[in-house]
Amino acid sequence: MAQTVIKRRKEIHLGEKTFMFFIYAGLFLAAFICVYPIWFTIISSISDATAVYNGDVRWVPSMMTIEAYQKVFQNKDVWMGYVNTIFYTVLGTIFNLLLTIPSAYALSKKRMLGHGFLTTLYIIPMYVGGGLIPTYILMKNLNLLDTRWILVVSGGLSIYNMIVTRTYFQTSVPESLYEAARIDGSSEIGIFVRIAIPLSMPVIAVIALYYASGHWNSYFNAMIYLTDNNLKPLQLVLQRILIYSQSAYDQVSASGADVDAEYMNELLHQAHLAVTMKYALVFIASAPMLAIYPFVQKYFVKGVMIGSVKG
Amino acid sequence: MVDGKAHAVKRKGRTLKRLEESWQWYILLLPGLVYLIIFNYLPMGGVLIAFKNFRPSTGIFDSVWTGFQNFQRFFEFPDMLKLIGNTLSITLLNLAMFPIPIIFALMLNEVRNAKIKKSVQMVTYIPHFLSEVVVCSLVILFLEKDNGVITDVLTFFGMPRQNLLGSPEAFPWIYSLMCEWQGFGWSAILYISALSGVPQENVEAAKIDGANRLQVIRHINIPSIMPTIVITFILKLGGLMNLGYTKIYLLQNSLNLPASRVLSTYVYEIGLISQQYSYSTAIGLFNTIVNVMIVLSANYVIKKVSDVGLF
Repeated sequence: MAQTVIKRRKEIHLGEKTFMFFIYAGLFLAAFICVYPIWFTIISSISDATAVYNGDVRWVPSMMTIEAYQKVFQNKDVWMGYVNTIFYTVLGTIFNLLLTIPSAYALSKKRMLGHGFLTTLYIIPMYVGGGLIPTYILMKNLNLLDTRWILVVSGGLSIYNMIVTRTYFQTSVPESLYEAARIDGSSEIGIFVRIAIPLSMPVIAVIALYYASGHWNSYFNAMIYLTDNNLKPLQLVLQRILIYSQSAYDQVSASGADVDAEYMNELLHQAHLAVTMKYALVFIASAPMLAIYPFVQKYFVKGVMIGSVKG
Repeated sequence: MVDGKAHAVKRKGRTLKRLEESWQWYILLLPGLVYLIIFNYLPMGGVLIAFKNFRPSTGIFDSVWTGFQNFQRFFEFPDMLKLIGNTLSITLLNLAMFPIPIIFALMLNEVRNAKIKKSVQMVTYIPHFLSEVVVCSLVILFLEKDNGVITDVLTFFGMPRQNLLGSPEAFPWIYSLMCEWQGFGWSAILYISALSGVPQENVEAAKIDGANRLQVIRHINIPSIMPTIVITFILKLGGLMNLGYTKIYLLQNSLNLPASRVLSTYVYEIGLISQQYSYSTAIGLFNTIVNVMIVLSANYVIKKVSDVGLF
């Protein structure tokens, strides 16, 4: 009797061990597939182009060089794209906040006359929209096509972010504070500016980050609305280079045998360099986000949590 | 009668009083509302051009009405069923990967060591911070036939070396796995926090009753996060309405086009590249209607079954 109990305990213990082994193995795999592509990008961008091309670079950089970065930074479009993206991100985010925060505050007031109707008016665009072409025609009629302002203005109000902010105003700022200010004779707008905003800095930081990362990462609006090269944001420059550029290697292979060997080698090097340059570009474009992500991720997570309360 | 009148007067007085209180909130609401009307509601009206023969030179109002001609043309389009089929198969496969973040959260929940837990979770956020262009470029580079990392791994496991991104059969998988890679860590946030709310007494009680860890997961953990699962599922259905065509567009090439051309990328192709504005808007409208119907019916079914619904 006692022996069977012990045996059973042992079985459970063993089962537990295999169970935990699979758990840790699975989690390690999940973490690995998230980190490895980034690591691979970094080591490829600083390795010798031919080694990367031949598939020799897998875990550590080989024959370190910064040639790819030098070449990438010679490209004027990349610099221009960087500057443009910063412009769109900063101005766009300010515009977003100016639209979102006052609206969210007003809609947090259930006593407001017409509250239900106005809220519905804000929610509808979350589910239906005019679609690509009608929006394009509107932008055209507003003479916004091919101007800097179109990327600041488009996507100005994210309803999801507005709801997150509204929920915060409703749940985290005590109503008694507003009452006290009202008794002191403060106007509603004064209350908003002097009490609601300072007390809501955490949520404002969250949605500012949401908006900013949206501006930083988007390419599609720029692709459809902008044709002027001087206005293109970094992501669009990247898309042109990374996705559309034809592999130079194909051109070399197609160019035939009558070229001399040295010239051929130079061409091949250029072709291989095109690959490491792509990795360098990927890293340059992602570096700012990756650099701030450890510090801001907790705010992003907070946004997810506030957003989920709306129920 | 008199009572009613008095009541009406009283109500009018109350409305006036509420209006007096509300007008400053209206001022705060104004910027957001004006923006929504111009940039969201006006394009909804622009959908009218689906029933017209719109020419940029004549404008929306002066273009000729054509009734359902544009829709008819689409229904007679030989590839229509193919387009819908592509859209559905990518959507469904994407949806089928819905359990991945849940499984990840459940696995993470088994880990006791808070440090390991935290680091694994943080690492899996990383892909969420990369832009669409970067993620798609990495996929393209990793699937390169001659030296792509993923191609190498697949060859190691016995698959023939091929240009996987050029294969129409593989496209829905590539797209869906890519989205899952970018999103699973992020989507898991809600489940992880829901799991942390599972009462430990229940878990202990089950263990005393002889339940092993798998049984605890099945009978305690999963049921307690069920409401979160259902809500996220419906939200995900709603999000599928705008099947991430910006990412599909980036992964498209002439070889995988038979599988990667979906309704939303076709709307872009026809509308902005071929500039057939009215026809494109009609296809877009058709797409929206189908999607809204899918979401509404899914919501209806789920509400019947589980009492949790979005609307």
